[in-house]
Amino acid sequence: MNENNSGRYGPYGGRYSGETLMHALRELEDAYRKAQKDPAFGEEYSRFLREYAGRPSLLYYAERMSRDLGTTVYLKREDLNHTGAHKINNVLGQALLAMRMGKKRLIAETGAGQHGVATATAAAYFGLECDVFMGKEDMIRQSLNVYRMELLGATVHEVTDGTATLKDATSEALREWSRRVEDTFYVIGSVVGPHPYPEIVRDFQRVIGDEIRAEMLEKHGRLPSALLACVGGGSNAMGTFYPFIGDPSVRLMAAEAGGEGVDSGRHAATVAAGTTGVFHGMKSLFLQDDEGQITPVYSISAGMDYPGIGPEHAYLHDTGRAEYFSITDDEAVDAFEYLSRMEGIIPAIESSHAVALLTKMKSGFTPDDTVVITISGRGDKDVEAIGRYRGKIR
Amino acid sequence: MSKENIIDTAFRRLRAEGKKAFIPFVTAGDPNIEATALIVREMIRNGADLVEIGVPYSDPSMDGPVIMRADRRALESGTRLRDIFRVVRELSADFPEIPFLLLLYFNSVFVYGIERFFSEAEEAGISGLIIPDLPIEERAEAQPAASAHGIYLISMVAPTSLERAERICKEAEGFLYCVTSLGVTGVRKEYQTSFQEYFERLDSFSNIPKCAGFGISDPEQKRQIEQYCDGTIVGSAVERKIEAGIEQGLDEARIARSVGNLVFEFTGGK
Repeated sequence: MNENNSGRYGPYGGRYSGETLMHALRELEDAYRKAQKDPAFGEEYSRFLREYAGRPSLLYYAERMSRDLGTTVYLKREDLNHTGAHKINNVLGQALLAMRMGKKRLIAETGAGQHGVATATAAAYFGLECDVFMGKEDMIRQSLNVYRMELLGATVHEVTDGTATLKDATSEALREWSRRVEDTFYVIGSVVGPHPYPEIVRDFQRVIGDEIRAEMLEKHGRLPSALLACVGGGSNAMGTFYPFIGDPSVRLMAAEAGGEGVDSGRHAATVAAGTTGVFHGMKSLFLQDDEGQITPVYSISAGMDYPGIGPEHAYLHDTGRAEYFSITDDEAVDAFEYLSRMEGIIPAIESSHAVALLTKMKSGFTPDDTVVITISGRGDKDVEAIGRYRGKIR
Repeated sequence: MSKENIIDTAFRRLRAEGKKAFIPFVTAGDPNIEATALIVREMIRNGADLVEIGVPYSDPSMDGPVIMRADRRALESGTRLRDIFRVVRELSADFPEIPFLLLLYFNSVFVYGIERFFSEAEEAGISGLIIPDLPIEERAEAQPAASAHGIYLISMVAPTSLERAERICKEAEGFLYCVTSLGVTGVRKEYQTSFQEYFERLDSFSNIPKCAGFGISDPEQKRQIEQYCDGTIVGSAVERKIEAGIEQGLDEARIARSVGNLVFEFTGGK
């Protein structure tokens, strides 16, 4: 795996960026390499995770679910982190880097709003200016998170271009970074974008997998049989999987957004239906036509409504080390309700895709298997939209 | 020896005559591909020395709102690469001394197939490509095919290139596209960059022709900037003119003439 820090994952990755940003990407990489070598940075980051984000997150034994599904199920409770999702892990790391680099302002793209909320939170904590770019569609779907960001002192910019979702918000954040590159730090929310972002975000999210590993060894004396996570850009999945890549006995299973079904054309299942391309600074898999025009994607989940996937995931798929499955909106909504009723835990609609993957694949596991599902975020933000989807709320 | 790229011929002639290059930009297919052909003819008739044709993209993350809207209109009119190659083939046959450049995102080349793209581009008479998201570090992927087909990859340099500028200057071919302000494409009223310092530094690395782009919106700005470099590139101002023509309900010929008049304002007809 990427041991040489070159930003290449097999044929994927790279730094396909405009010249205006190339120096900033270099500067970021240099700052990150220095931070990696500096024990003080690691200690400060760990302290923030512990004292501010509330880590380690629980590894919860889901007893009723285990009985129901006929296997041993643990939930990695990223939903219990401060701000309610795994996004805070990465944002605190990048905000600390921004402070070291003397940047005065954080910008971010956001889909479901969780990354935007985490960035706004870090900006409030460190006293930095904060601008978040969000598609108009997502501002409607996730209106609660828009107000949360504003409450935290961030300015939320509505993006109306294209499909007015995460990809358009990402493009607009890149434009804004080009306009004010000198004093601005772009906090990318997933394992996407030009090098070194996919590496940095993975490294700040691997705490999820590291904790799972330590806790499973402590509780069971052995590694889990399988790890399940949802994947849009792929940051919680990458963080969950990464420490286990060298352990072939551990199945790595990712759930991508199948929308109304891969055959319907209305989905965001990049691995199932994508081809290799270059977009948003990286070479990876994208949903696009035969001339490289990005095709409109769709998912009930704003956080997974993105036409690409992180380059390291594309590589894990190619090598067969991780498996990628499509989960439809209906399956995800069923799982949202299932976990709520079975365990009293309301998961984010994104994380519900990973829950759905286990309910769908349960026949592949026995009671002796231990399966860990990363619950990447909590579902409060989705309650209203799912209520409408089910016709319970008008 | 293969024959000389006409970009080199054009700049040698301009320098010998003590003239500056004027390079207008137009998005192919805005409002449709036949209009583009008319617009480019008007540009040349009114003094364009080189012509830069934009390949429309679904998600132009390095462009401002004017080019974004142009790209959307072009894609809505059904513009495909084969249409662009066809139109440039006709134009390059009629104007064999005018270098035609394509400006496009790397994905348009990559997904089409790098070898296939350069082969068809050569056949269409294209002299150079400007690929803003293919920095020198990633260039090796396209350079062999470009060179094999006699097409230049035009490099961009920006005020933020800093220590990178020397390598970019030394590896540049054809001319250097010098970004004169930060941000994305679009017209601007004021500049913060000191042009003299910027171009003197670039000149110290290489004698290659240098053209300024990004945000040049009127003839006065053009005159100010070109005293420090070899030419200017004007894009968003052209697209604003096309957009105004569409909004007024003008037909293709009238839109093309309005762009021709705009080019004349910049060049004085030469």
